[in-house]
Amino acid sequence: MSATTADKAIRTTRRAARRHRGEGGPLGVVAWLAALVFITPIAWMILTGFHHEVDAATNPPSLFAQLTLENYQRVIKSNILPYLLNSLMAAGFSTILVIVLALPMAYATAVKPIANPRGLLQWVLSTKFLPLIAALVPVYITFKQLGLLDNIFALVIFYTGLNLPIAVWMCHSFLSDIPADIMAAAEVDGASLFTILRSIVLPISLPGIAATSLICFIFAWNEFLFALNLTATKASTAPIFLVGFITSEGLFMAQLSAAAIIVSLPVVIAGWVAQDKLVQGLSLGAVK
Amino acid sequence: MKRIIPVTALALAAAVALSACSGANTNTPSTGTTATSTSSGAAAGTEINVLMVGNPQMNDLTTLTEANFTAKTGIKVNYTVLPENELRDKVAQDVATQAGQYDVATIGAYEASVWTANDWLTDLQPYATKDTTFDVGDILPAMSGILSKDGDMYAIPFYGESAFTMYRKDLFDQWGITMPTNPTWQQIADIAAQIKTKDSTITPICLRGLPGWGENMAVLGSMISAFGGGFFTSDYKPLLTSDGTKAAVQFYVDLVTKYGEAGASQSGFTECLNTFSQGKAAMWFDATSAATTLESSNSTVAGKVGYADAPKDKLRSGWVWAWAWAVPKTTKHMDAAWQFVSWASSKEYEQLALDKVGRVPDGKRASTFDLPKYKTATAAYSDIMLAAIEASDPNNCQAQASPGPGCQYLGIPEFADLGAKIGQEMSAAITGQETADQACEKSQALAQAVASAQ
Amino acid sequence: MSTSTPTAAFAAARADAERRERRLRMRRRLPLLPGLVFLIVVTQIPFVVTIFISFMKWNLMKPKDVRFGTLKNYTTVLADPRMRAAILNTVVMVVGSVGIALIIGTGLALLLNRKFPGRGIVRTLLITPFLIMPVAASLMWRHLIYNPVYGLLNGTLNAIGKLFGLTAPQPEWVSSAPMVAVIIALVWTWTPFMMLITLAGLQSQTLDIVEAAKVDGAGTFQTFRYITLPHLRRYLELAIVLGIIYLLNTYDQVFTITAGGPGTATTNLPYEIYLTAFRKYDYGEAAAAGVLVVILSTIVATFGLRLLTSLADTTQPAKTKKEGKK
Repeated sequence: MSATTADKAIRTTRRAARRHRGEGGPLGVVAWLAALVFITPIAWMILTGFHHEVDAATNPPSLFAQLTLENYQRVIKSNILPYLLNSLMAAGFSTILVIVLALPMAYATAVKPIANPRGLLQWVLSTKFLPLIAALVPVYITFKQLGLLDNIFALVIFYTGLNLPIAVWMCHSFLSDIPADIMAAAEVDGASLFTILRSIVLPISLPGIAATSLICFIFAWNEFLFALNLTATKASTAPIFLVGFITSEGLFMAQLSAAAIIVSLPVVIAGWVAQDKLVQGLSLGAVK
Repeated sequence: MKRIIPVTALALAAAVALSACSGANTNTPSTGTTATSTSSGAAAGTEINVLMVGNPQMNDLTTLTEANFTAKTGIKVNYTVLPENELRDKVAQDVATQAGQYDVATIGAYEASVWTANDWLTDLQPYATKDTTFDVGDILPAMSGILSKDGDMYAIPFYGESAFTMYRKDLFDQWGITMPTNPTWQQIADIAAQIKTKDSTITPICLRGLPGWGENMAVLGSMISAFGGGFFTSDYKPLLTSDGTKAAVQFYVDLVTKYGEAGASQSGFTECLNTFSQGKAAMWFDATSAATTLESSNSTVAGKVGYADAPKDKLRSGWVWAWAWAVPKTTKHMDAAWQFVSWASSKEYEQLALDKVGRVPDGKRASTFDLPKYKTATAAYSDIMLAAIEASDPNNCQAQASPGPGCQYLGIPEFADLGAKIGQEMSAAITGQETADQACEKSQALAQAVASAQ
Repeated sequence: MSTSTPTAAFAAARADAERRERRLRMRRRLPLLPGLVFLIVVTQIPFVVTIFISFMKWNLMKPKDVRFGTLKNYTTVLADPRMRAAILNTVVMVVGSVGIALIIGTGLALLLNRKFPGRGIVRTLLITPFLIMPVAASLMWRHLIYNPVYGLLNGTLNAIGKLFGLTAPQPEWVSSAPMVAVIIALVWTWTPFMMLITLAGLQSQTLDIVEAAKVDGAGTFQTFRYITLPHLRRYLELAIVLGIIYLLNTYDQVFTITAGGPGTATTNLPYEIYLTAFRKYDYGEAAAAGVLVVILSTIVATFGLRLLTSLADTTQPAKTKKEGKK
């Protein structure tokens, strides 16, 4: 008898809990509507890419105009590969370098902290307050003097500097999640630094590293202004390829849409696949 | 330790900046003197970097290069395609800092005059004169005029344009309106008013309003010349509040706000091209290069467009523009660069493009207008286009002498910045944020700042 | 034993301990070195070069007249009304975009923290704008959405109008409300970012407290106001700081959507500096403007730093304890 009451009580709490978390209802509809509003521009861009140039810019919009693969084919055929590879290299290498530099820094602020980690973290973030655009000419001149113009490693270095501050903060946040007693216990057991790093630090921080990498990769892949100025014919990246489809004489909307979708695709897919990691990782310094 | 780093950085930075500044100062002796060694084959196996705008004619060129140029000469051409603004920024930066990343770049007529004055570009005249197959005498005088300094061409035109009045002949016939062969601006405004009463759904006239010295200021600049105004006198007295300029601006603002397209302040060449080629505007005054798209197979107005001369007031609204090949002095492949330029601007290439793509980089050579296949394809407009190019003299477009060449722009270094800012004021005037006179006053102040820096 | 220790040995031991301590501190600093050196080289060298150039007369178009040692760049920039307009525009743009993106982002995060059919898909759709290349997104807004002649906005208005046989208004979005147009594009891009941070905060909230509040009879709003919001505070602050940092550098959207116009209505600091360097070709003046912006943002950041301090504080509870012991 009392067992059933308890049972019932549990069931009601569960139901209450479920009700609290919400199950569909009007708020679900609101979320869906918001998602549609946010995705409509992109959907329209995808569709425009499938239209003929003359149907791409009409009023009212030609929703049901004849579709064609012409634009996407043209974009893919127009020597896109080197640009994508350059972007992949610039974003990829700089991301690796960022992680390699940021992890030890975060280790020194979070795991075995230096005297004033707070001040250091603040300084690191404050470097992001410099207006990037004012650095354009000096950076250009410096790379020119070093003979690094139109060299993908100039972009790698620059993007590393660009993303390092944010990466240090992200790494700091997930490294401080590592329970101090586990570390202490491992040390007492006489585990070597390498063992500690490999068997304790790494497993706990892998999702965080993934999130940090993704964020850095996104920013590097999408960067336009410096890529434009620091590269010429050999090291140009995907955004440069994209703007090449703009012309001041003639119609270009459908082509441009197709190109925009294609160059965004790698990062979009990466973001979709790793969105859970992104949520975890973006808690940054706010997470104790 | 901490103190040392900034000091080292400072020293390093100073060294870098100093060498940069000396780099910008250095004017390497002209390579133009080596014009004697243009034997083909000497450049075989070299690679040249070419920076271009993404206009259709350039895209055609990229598709034809490998089979028709590289195969013959052994010179590999690496193209970079950028929009106009980005291209200007890059070339300026590249040449000014002597980085030498590009062997050939497409530049506009404006850059040709400004950059030549700075001694950035190779004098191409010796090459052009020596190369008999190139036939330099065939280049139209208006084109060589805007690309030359002291009679020497520093850039070779790829294609050239002027501006004319485009109108919907079919609709004009239907409405019983006739377009004069040489209309005045007042006639254009009257016709626009008439069209508005005939059909309220069509835009009477499309005129660029998008801010930019190469956008709204091209149209307005050409109108300012026509109304007897200007930007500066030859001794840099600003003319933006002169009667001629004010009249032109007032006329432009009235015309656009009363009879112009919706969203005029955001409409540039592309927007007007879209509007007009979809049959939504009855008149359009703009660059002659628009005709190619209007008469192409996927335009809804092909065959329905009439062409008339550029409107006039005191003077004719002159307009000369060219996209031209320039070879920065920093190039290390001069011979290969000339081989490329002379091929891309040759008669041979025009014929090739005509046969393979059906679109010619026209408006630069007199002989183009005699090609039979070209004549039939462009029968609707090529005569008027040629007449418009020949009627515009970039060195004598304004009522009074000006400090630099140009009809719809002013070929002085400060104009890119000044024109952009005035363009913004004019764009604000057509949205009604300020009056035409206020826009002129503000522009005058901007121009005064330039003048006092002289 | 300690009583029998001579003072000298004690001192030696202490020195030894100090040495060990110092070595330990050095060892703790060691991992910082590569990253720190890199960051100093990459961020501070350009800055020093900028300062240097700011004292140069250097206009690209006047290559024969380049020299060092002038204050004119600073006086020109300080006297320029366009610069003041740019500062104001920057503030409006950053505050507007960050504020709106944060509110919408938090709202969406709260929605996504509930269960409903297709939640995964909704989240996927919502984060996508953040992943689209900003140049691509800006071109999209300008040409496909806002364009008064053939953009989706006016096109839709027109289509709806035609449905009812009316002539729909065809507003000129970008020229009549340029700042709003830019802010909408920025909000669209950055809302997902704000949403992700807030969502991370919500998911770290322990449900027990919320449940307890429910049991105590707290309403949904009260629970949010007194329990969720305080918990979210740090996350929101973080979102604000990062938002400001990234949006201060807004360039792609301004360049593409409005080109700073009409007039100077949307010319923000980065774009104004860009115009000075690449339209006026005046490297000296652009550098001076850059240096002034750094000074300005340092002043602003000093206020912002308080925020940062509180952030860093909350990340260091263990550390504060240690310091307390000392």
